[in-house]
Amino acid sequence: MSTELFFQYFSAGITYGFLYAIVAIGFNIIYNATGIINFAQGEFVMLGGMTAISLYPFMPLPLAIVAAVIITTIIGALVEIIFIRWLDNPSVLRMIIITIGLSILIREAALFVWGESVRSLPYFNGNSISSINIMGANVSPQVLWVIGVCAVMVTILSLFFQLSTLGREMRACAANRLAATLCGINTRNRITLSFMLSAAIGAAAGCVMSPITYSQYDMGPGLAIKGFTVAILGGLGNSMAAVAAGLLLGLVESFSVMVLPQSYQEIIATSILLLVLFIRPHGLFGNKDTAALKEF
Amino acid sequence: MLRIKNLSAGYGRLKVLRNISLHVNQGEIVTLIGANGAGKTTLLSTVCGLLRATNGEIYLQGRDISRQRPERIVASGCSLVPEGRQVFAAMSVRDNLLLGAFVRYRAAKNKRRSMDLKPVYQLFPVLKEREAQMAGTLSGGEQQMLAMGRALMAQPALIMMDEPSTGLAPMIVKNIFSIIRQLKDKGNTVLLIEQNARAALRIADRGYVMENGKIIVQGPAADLLANQDVQRAYLGQNVDNK
Ligand SMILES: Nc1ncnc2c1ncn2[C@@H]1O[C@H](COP(=O)(O)OP(=O)(O)OP(=O)(O)O)[C@@H](O)[C@H]1O
Ligand SMILES: [Mg+2]
Repeated sequence: MSTELFFQYFSAGITYGFLYAIVAIGFNIIYNATGIINFAQGEFVMLGGMTAISLYPFMPLPLAIVAAVIITTIIGALVEIIFIRWLDNPSVLRMIIITIGLSILIREAALFVWGESVRSLPYFNGNSISSINIMGANVSPQVLWVIGVCAVMVTILSLFFQLSTLGREMRACAANRLAATLCGINTRNRITLSFMLSAAIGAAAGCVMSPITYSQYDMGPGLAIKGFTVAILGGLGNSMAAVAAGLLLGLVESFSVMVLPQSYQEIIATSILLLVLFIRPHGLFGNKDTAALKEF
Repeated sequence: MLRIKNLSAGYGRLKVLRNISLHVNQGEIVTLIGANGAGKTTLLSTVCGLLRATNGEIYLQGRDISRQRPERIVASGCSLVPEGRQVFAAMSVRDNLLLGAFVRYRAAKNKRRSMDLKPVYQLFPVLKEREAQMAGTLSGGEQQMLAMGRALMAQPALIMMDEPSTGLAPMIVKNIFSIIRQLKDKGNTVLLIEQNARAALRIADRGYVMENGKIIVQGPAADLLANQDVQRAYLGQNVDNK
């Protein structure tokens, strides 16, 4: 294989890997705060991209993206406030059904608003054929945008959770909700915040990815499966491991076309998911004991 | 400080507390003793707002708190050291203590001062040594100290402790009780729940005995220690043989 081809697969793998990682981190943030998997996570990515695309004709691109992220964040908050907040100690099964229902609801609403058409944001710099030469290989500048934005988001999130007082309070709610309440922390508001954070990073990822992957009303479930695989692969709740797991899945998918027909690419994630669930349900990077002491 | 009047509460249809009245004065240690299932924890949960009272009133420093949310009650100066410690296992000792100061640093102008750990480290030097360690990896006694330290970080007007001596070695229990005594000497007000009735009554000013959700005996701690019924039921002494 030529180095150029290798590099192309590689950059595609990294690009998708980061997208999966962001979706997985969205899962993790909500999982850590509430113990539930929010299957509407992929819809946040879709909403971010689609909203920015709709706003773009009326305002400059950066503004459209910021507005789309804010709108999606508000939707995230509303989802929690309307559908989750008032439930008193719901069972996990009930929560899963509710979030799946939510994802269908959001998808149908998106179909109603935007129709079935496939759209995309313009390339942030240049166009679809412009490229930057890195170590002899040509890389689209958008790929650098994706990597940069995702890396920055992951870093900021991890600093936020480790160093800020608000981040510490959110970790506390995740670790022991009763004890957090006894410290005087309003745990419900922290849970709303976790939905907002998760929606915000999903939407931002949906915007930077849009020029490469395109956006469509039904892109959510596919992303949710990939993101869920990555979250499980990294060990639920562990966001740094999610980045590693995301890149791994992205690269495996991307290089798989060398040995498998293209159409098999989609089943890789599902196969990995099943394998991990059977063999190492606590994830590649976790171990059983620390899985009990869950952390961001 | 705390005044409870005719309080009733329970879980759904199950009535646990029936017409409880008790009070804790400023600067006192009051202990509530009773057998397993008497309703001691239920009483504390109700005072904290974790459980809704079906009847009666709870006054903290003269204000009725019986319909308030738990966060508000903590903010108005009543902290609980819960049964089973409930530390944030996956977080460091330091983070646990800082979280205890939440109600203070949220209200404070000088955030840094509100998060001062020194007073708690003075009381529990071992926590200073373990500062960076995950709370879940502490020993039972250390976790109990951490839970107490975390509650103290809020500088509560009233601190309530639910069976702080459970599952600890006699040496550690002694240590914990001497610290509770120190808290009183520093001007704190304590409502202490214990199964270890003798040790609790020794450090307390007054005591209540609870049975089946009712207060059956109350009085100065010394009187309860001398009371024959209390001795028979809770102090493990066979009075008749003496
Ligand atoms: N969450 C709950 N749901 C239903 N019933 C409960 C609940 N918690 C306690 N009870 C019941 O309420 C009664 C009083 O329990 P409580 O925990 O207050 O007792 P306790 O005096 O604290 O006992 P212990 O000394 O064992 O801690 C018991 O009969 C118990 O079964
Ligand atoms: Mg109890």
